[in-house]
Amino acid sequence: MSLRIVVCVKYVPDATGDRHFAEDLTTDREAVDGLLSELDEYAVEQALQIADAADDAEVTVLTVGPEDAKDALRKALSMGADKAVHVEDDALHGTDVMGTSLVLAKAVEETGYDLVVCGMASTDGTMGVLPAILAERLGVPQVTLLSEVAVADGKVTGRRDGDAASEQLEASLPAVVSVTDQSGEARYPSFKGIMAAKKKKVESLDLSDLGIDEEQVGLAGAWTKVEEAAPRPPRTAGTIVTDEGEGAKQLAEYLAAQKFI
Amino acid sequence: MGEVLVYVDHVDGAVRKPTLELLTLARRIGEPVAVFLGPGAEGAAAALAEYGAVKVLAADAPEFAEYLVVPKVDALEQAAKAVEPVAVLVPSSAEGKEIAARLAVRLGSGIITDAVDLEAGAEGPVATQSVFAAAFTTKSRVSHGTPVITVKPNSAAPEAAPAAGTVEQLSVSFSEAATGTKVVSRSPRESTGRPELTEAAIVVSGGRGVNGAENFSIIENLADSLGAAVGASRAAVDAGWYPHTNQVGQTGKSVSPQLYVAAGISGAIQHRAGMQTSKTIVAVNKDPEAPIFDLVDYGVVGDLFEVVPALTEEIKARKG
Ligand SMILES: Cc1cc2nc3c(=O)[nH]c(=O)nc-3n(C[C@H](O)[C@H](O)[C@H](O)COP(=O)(O)OP(=O)(O)OC[C@H]3O[C@@H](n4cnc5c(N)ncnc54)[C@H](O)[C@@H]3O)c2cc1C
Ligand SMILES: Nc1ncnc2c1ncn2[C@@H]1O[C@H](COP(=O)(O)O)[C@@H](O)[C@H]1O
Repeated sequence: MSLRIVVCVKYVPDATGDRHFAEDLTTDREAVDGLLSELDEYAVEQALQIADAADDAEVTVLTVGPEDAKDALRKALSMGADKAVHVEDDALHGTDVMGTSLVLAKAVEETGYDLVVCGMASTDGTMGVLPAILAERLGVPQVTLLSEVAVADGKVTGRRDGDAASEQLEASLPAVVSVTDQSGEARYPSFKGIMAAKKKKVESLDLSDLGIDEEQVGLAGAWTKVEEAAPRPPRTAGTIVTDEGEGAKQLAEYLAAQKFI
Repeated sequence: MGEVLVYVDHVDGAVRKPTLELLTLARRIGEPVAVFLGPGAEGAAAALAEYGAVKVLAADAPEFAEYLVVPKVDALEQAAKAVEPVAVLVPSSAEGKEIAARLAVRLGSGIITDAVDLEAGAEGPVATQSVFAAAFTTKSRVSHGTPVITVKPNSAAPEAAPAAGTVEQLSVSFSEAATGTKVVSRSPRESTGRPELTEAAIVVSGGRGVNGAENFSIIENLADSLGAAVGASRAAVDAGWYPHTNQVGQTGKSVSPQLYVAAGISGAIQHRAGMQTSKTIVAVNKDPEAPIFDLVDYGVVGDLFEVVPALTEEIKARKG
């Protein structure tokens, strides 16, 4: 029986761009170019490796996002995923993590899955909680923040490197996993991969396909409210000295004046 | 005022500093009730009481250590049902965020992560967050359900405010999901004897400029002269020069110390994301154009192999 893997990937504004808020205090997705979140490339990579190690597996990449989010799916397809699902609906604008996780849970169930693979965090929201929420919603185990992951005999195992300890984890499938940027570099799409991706199927779903009410998502359906967003005041320009033998002494004087020594 | 549940982060009963910060912040919005899971509640109660816990709800069971996250969610959910708190505060550790996340789903609540400040507001607690690699500061609140908020370390100075801190047993019945993810084995990290990175008042970090694992002793020596924690950029971690647990930045730790010293670090956006809110920033870099200099209060353009050891000597001499 085929191992069905669904990878959740997010299309995010490029972190090296000048990211902003829109007037309604949602993330401005127009001002800065978007891309497949770098941290989700690790998820795609691990999914592909797990699929390679299995006798028979299918990797579906899934995103909830605006029209341009297709770019993220294309990239994942060109890395080697088999097919893609794009949940797109105007009513989704401004959805928070609770709404997004609801949509992802329905879409994952609709697609059919044995294993869901997520990144450790999105590079725009940086919450890092969606995989746990998804597991809770799906009613399956979470095996999260893994720097190593493997699937065999209907079980997923992995290593979670925490602050206090490094843990070896194990759960039965179906399960939700998330992988960190320590899990191994993601492959670059090959020319052949890019060409092949053009022929792969991207299925488009809207809220009604998933049986979700518009009221449950969007800015109005969000369970959190951003009331203010202000650019951080620029740091006042500091003192910069060039070391000509006295640099360490000057720095020590500064630190002493600030009472750090 | 209502009660605020505060999830206690501890190591074998020793309460970690971020929990004391949470108790301090909790008092702004209500009466803190601590939830302590695992062994050692009686011993921890004194510290929790000193920082304002009116009550300590305690539960111990092997499940907390043997399975990932969910047993703790079960306990916190049952504590929330018993107390009907006005908010639930959890430290923003990797595990804390996941506990908070699942709890929020169960309570039908919105969730805010990585708050750096918290105030009472007319419509419930208002959380300050630092977003887009700390380029923006936002104020948000949970608009549905019992607010579940995770708070970053170093978000408040712990202030003592003695309260009763009476220990009460919390009886927990575990859900079927509790045993879903087994912790098969655990190898604890060895202590370095240095302060915890996220809690330290001073952090000294080294980057690619340190140029080799063997040279990190230069960074460690400076850190030790200041009583600081040691950090590293991802370039240094990826090169295998320093452990990943010490990485500062978007995919490492986020630190907000009184003083951050960056040596041989260029200041890429992903690194800044983890240190930009430090109170005072100092850098040593041989490239005057390095973006880290846009952030510094004091910068030295120079070779770290000259400047850092000399600085360490200078500090030792001044400290006597
Ligand atoms: C998704 C994602 C997540 C990331 N997460 C993180 C993260 O969490 N943390 C992080 O740090 N990075 C992260 N990065 C990587 C980040 O983009 C940078 O590549 C990294 O921070 C660079 O590290 P560095 O400053 O040490 O190295 P470099 O950028 O190579 O800078 C080295 C600096 O050292 C200086 N130098 C060299 N020799 C000397 C000398 N002898 N004396 C003084 N100065 C010297 C050079 O002038 C240079 O400025 C992430 C990237 C991505 C895409
Ligand atoms: N809109 C989205 N579409 C698909 N996957 C997502 C979306 N948002 C978050 N994810 C997944 O959830 C992970 C954690 O996201 P977050 O909790 O938002 O930081 C990401 O790395 C993705 O794998």
